[in-house]
Amino acid sequence: MGAIAVLRNVTKDFAKTTVLDNINLQITEGEILALLGPNGSGKTTLLKILAFILKPTKGEIYFDGVKVTDKSVEETRMETTMVFQKTVVFRTSVHNNIAYGLKIRRMPNNKIGEKISEALRLVRLEGFEKRQAKKLSGGEQQRVALARALALNTKLLLLDEPTANLDPKNADIMEEVIAAANRELKTTIVIATHNMFQAKSLPHRIALINDGKISEVGTPTEIFGRLSKTLASFAAVENTFTGTARAIEDGTTQVDIGNGVQLETAAQRDGAVTVLISPSDIILSKNRISSSARNVLSGKIVEILDLDSIVKLKVDAGKPFAVQITKRSFNEMQLSLGNEVFLAFKASSVQIL
Amino acid sequence: MNMLDGLIKAFQLIFSGDPRLIEITLRSLFVSGSAALIAALWGIPIATLIAMNSFRGKFLVKTIFNSLIGIPTVALGFLLFLTFSREKGPLGFLGLLYTPTAIIIGEALLITPIIVSLAITAIEAVDPEIVNLAKTLGASESQASFAVLKEALSGIILAGVASFNRAIGELGIAQFVGGFIAGYTELLTTGIWVELQIGNIETSIALMIILLTLVFAINLALNIIQRRRKWAPLLYSET
Repeated sequence: MGAIAVLRNVTKDFAKTTVLDNINLQITEGEILALLGPNGSGKTTLLKILAFILKPTKGEIYFDGVKVTDKSVEETRMETTMVFQKTVVFRTSVHNNIAYGLKIRRMPNNKIGEKISEALRLVRLEGFEKRQAKKLSGGEQQRVALARALALNTKLLLLDEPTANLDPKNADIMEEVIAAANRELKTTIVIATHNMFQAKSLPHRIALINDGKISEVGTPTEIFGRLSKTLASFAAVENTFTGTARAIEDGTTQVDIGNGVQLETAAQRDGAVTVLISPSDIILSKNRISSSARNVLSGKIVEILDLDSIVKLKVDAGKPFAVQITKRSFNEMQLSLGNEVFLAFKASSVQIL
Repeated sequence: MNMLDGLIKAFQLIFSGDPRLIEITLRSLFVSGSAALIAALWGIPIATLIAMNSFRGKFLVKTIFNSLIGIPTVALGFLLFLTFSREKGPLGFLGLLYTPTAIIIGEALLITPIIVSLAITAIEAVDPEIVNLAKTLGASESQASFAVLKEALSGIILAGVASFNRAIGELGIAQFVGGFIAGYTELLTTGIWVELQIGNIETSIALMIILLTLVFAINLALNIIQRRRKWAPLLYSET
């Protein structure tokens, strides 16, 4: 299969800061490519360049085999579309939101209606046409944004952390739709994420990006299989820790991740390892609770990020842990910055990469 | 004549459908409406340019438009009188002094800063990502700008109504460049003043009631429409 887009020596500077540094990347027709990297690594900038809404400072882009120039950029933009991390919808109905791009492509009105119902069916929002987009929940709005992009049937679909601000239910639906779009509509997809779990399951290939540079490109097995140096330096990625593993008697493994924090994992491994724990696998409590969880840590809440229906907390338990809870639990527990809390998670939730 | 008498007679005049009252009211609506339309025609593009571009001196330009909102109508009216003055004014040759056209031009100038400032605020309040969203859905630069204007629509309509209110209620410009020519340049505001001078207090009161009713009705209607927000989807389907 051919390349749908090729970036050659692409650099992007904002004022005096280099955000992307000499990027060389090929996106193959039909694949899902994940850009995996911490916040601020340049993922969004790279996607905006691929969406042709941002012009690189230096370098060349080839789309479908043709070099993109200032003259052809508006035309090429029709072949690619992007879903932003922070959902943006027009202040109008769901129907008109999805119709916007179709009308620009001069699709006849009777066809537009069909396309819209089809796109809404894909994201499981059948019958939402007449609803006001701004009045939907955050998760539903993001699904409308995905439907709006899918309706255009572009050759390339760019997704910027599409599930980062969503509750697990909406995030699952988004991931399923993304996989289905690639499988059934054969859409080539580039997805930016700092979520290791998403990167492990969804894409065919992963490009690791850090500090504006692409350090490695490979299949998930390749990237996660060998202990990549860059991956290990991704401390900024949520709940990813490096440490030393040591088998203990009962068939489990203890991992020392530093600062006196020991984690127990069900996997068996020895030596240097990278482990990760999904933020939604961690149970947060105000008092120590007795449970079957093998890992119980105490710490202090150091950051609270309030998203639509979920709340993300950062807890300093010797190492920084990201914990995701529902807004309801957050309100009921009356949590605030500086609170002492306990974190509990099963040994099987500690995955070794 | 006491005030109550005046009020009663004024209402009698209004409800009898006095043709002079109707004529003055219609002229006022026409003059202020035209002024608001003209101000919108040049003010909204100016506001769009200022709001959607970053350039050196942007803050200064915005501050100037903001300050001009408060310009006294007497001062602007007097300046325009000097400009249009038939004998010595630089634009005297146009023969516009004491015509409705002169009032329309003057009021359009008066309310331009209101339209520009309020429209800038409305456009700047739109999520900056709307431009990128429109573009990634296939819009050209101009289509993307238009998408931003649509998002700012309710604020821009508000700017238009505020301008219209200012125009229909001002006296200074209408007096200086329109004069008081009955059946030609007399407006609700100048009418209130002139009729009082010649002792027709009930006509003055009637004109005042009409003026207040108009201003209140327009604002009330706007508030109701804004609450329902029905126009937004309607306008969108026209793309």
